[in-house]
Amino acid sequence: MDISVLLQATINGLLIGGVYSLVAVGLTLIFGVSRIINFAHGEFLMLGMYLAYYVNAKLGLSPYISVLICIPLFMALGAVVQTVLVNPVMKGPQDIQILLTVALALFLQNAALRFFYPTVRGLSIRSSTYSLSVGNTLISFPRLAASIAAIGMILALYSLLRYTGIGKAIRACSEDREGAFLAGINVGRIFAVAFGIGIACAGIAGALIAPFYPLSPFTGTVFTLTAFVVVVLGGMGDFLGALFGGFLIGVCESLAAIFIPASLKQVVSFGLFVLILLFRPSGLFGRKREWLTV
Amino acid sequence: MSGSPFRLSGPGAIGYVGWGILVLAACLSLVVPFLLSPYVLHLIILVLLYAYLSQCWNIVGGYAGQLSLGHALFFGTGAYTSTLLFLHYSVTPWAGMLIGACCAATLGLAIGFLCFRYGLKGPYFALVTIAFAEMARLVALNVTVLGGASGLQIPLHEGAGAAVFQLSNLSAYYVIYGMTILSVLIVNAMRHNSIGYFLLAIREDELGAEAVGVNPRKYKLVSLVASAFLTALGGTFYAQYYLFLEPNSSLGIGVSITFAVNAIIGGRGTILGPILGSLLLTLSGEFTRSLVTYGGAGVHMMIFGAILMFTCIFLPEGMVPTIAKRLNPKRTC
Repeated sequence: MDISVLLQATINGLLIGGVYSLVAVGLTLIFGVSRIINFAHGEFLMLGMYLAYYVNAKLGLSPYISVLICIPLFMALGAVVQTVLVNPVMKGPQDIQILLTVALALFLQNAALRFFYPTVRGLSIRSSTYSLSVGNTLISFPRLAASIAAIGMILALYSLLRYTGIGKAIRACSEDREGAFLAGINVGRIFAVAFGIGIACAGIAGALIAPFYPLSPFTGTVFTLTAFVVVVLGGMGDFLGALFGGFLIGVCESLAAIFIPASLKQVVSFGLFVLILLFRPSGLFGRKREWLTV
Repeated sequence: MSGSPFRLSGPGAIGYVGWGILVLAACLSLVVPFLLSPYVLHLIILVLLYAYLSQCWNIVGGYAGQLSLGHALFFGTGAYTSTLLFLHYSVTPWAGMLIGACCAATLGLAIGFLCFRYGLKGPYFALVTIAFAEMARLVALNVTVLGGASGLQIPLHEGAGAAVFQLSNLSAYYVIYGMTILSVLIVNAMRHNSIGYFLLAIREDELGAEAVGVNPRKYKLVSLVASAFLTALGGTFYAQYYLFLEPNSSLGIGVSITFAVNAIIGGRGTILGPILGSLLLTLSGEFTRSLVTYGGAGVHMMIFGAILMFTCIFLPEGMVPTIAKRLNPKRTC
């Protein structure tokens, strides 16, 4: 085994890991605030990819510009989903909440199948093939750009949650709904905002990976499951846990693909997932709280 | 019982009317298939198959209250085990069925032991069951003996007791019919036995149940193993009836979701629920599938997803408990 192969795999893993982190941060935010496990998370990523694809195909704009379109669009979409679909079941039994998001995932996936057709597409822009060579390893430009942009988004969200008024309100809602309500926070609106931000994370991640990841209506499922793995690894509701978990899973999958067939690499992350759930259900970092921690 | 804090009547009671309907339907359905066209009979077989499978799911998902979204693992295990035995050793599907069911029960035992030993509940349990089923699907996709992505074709075979499943819809109908009746009888017996009450107690308040001396870990495990065993029997029927087995349609997450959805929409923790759910969803599924020619691929599942969301929001308890409440508002179920 050549050491440069391992190095290359690690680099690739770290690069895709940034994207995993962004998707997982969105999922963990939604869970932390409204205790909803969003099974449709990957489907929003898929929609983000289609947005980038069509913006590029029809308007000729770079997918990195469509990120800017993504943010308001997906925030509004998320807010609508929360208000219309999720709110009515918030007080209901947990399995109904899960079933609702599963149904939403089915709906979105098949709507994509209906309107965008099952063709596997690829978005290719000029920079898709660029890469930097460092020593014996190659760093592909679109992956690097996606990773850097994803980390930038995560940091921006982190400061939003940590230092702004709305961030404080979101954290308050997640820690104690009644308390936040009594303190005069419009809890319903905060839920909508949090869901919107969570969905926007997935949508942005979709737009960012569009230049190098094949796109089909079924792309989302893999990311939903991966995001679960990452979130559980970091501890559900743990913001920084999701950030590190993303990189960890990215590297694990990438290294595993050297030793076993690439199509089996997910078995490794699922195995890891089961072990973590069984033996460290509070996540690798052993947090005890259930709410969103930033 | 109105106003009583105890839920002895429980949401599972179906009452005399319910039993009357069931018995009547049972008698009718022994005769009717002779009169039906093959396509209608095929539809009825599908309804019965999914009613059976959802009833099996109901034991653990409805009565024990443990949301499993990985029952495809047991279904697929049953299907693959009996099919491989049939293909390579000409073992009759009847024996393969039982062997597959034992394998699935063992898997259920292992998974249940791990999950309940470490206290996984609610969404965490659901996620672990998904993870196990997905691992099995990925392995099946990549292992040549299991047919890989192209799947396994099951040849027609007159001997080895397979003809019952394969050669005529009519005999297959009676097999799945018997299995469905069996599942109803088992679930009913369970409900009126101490174990049924223990499971209800665990579902409603696990700590409380433990405090009065019920061992939640043990009974949840029993329910999962029983459910896995029965689900696997359905897997063998599916493989022998369709004569084709492929990872995504036997181990995929969509399969697990179908079982759960039928039971939840019909009313989880009720005997009639899974049957009603399967009847409505399978038939409406077949109907909307026929719309595909007008609407294009995907329309059928889009409608399904929309119906599902609608039900979650407006009928969170499922149809049977909601109807029961309407008919008899005094009863505390």
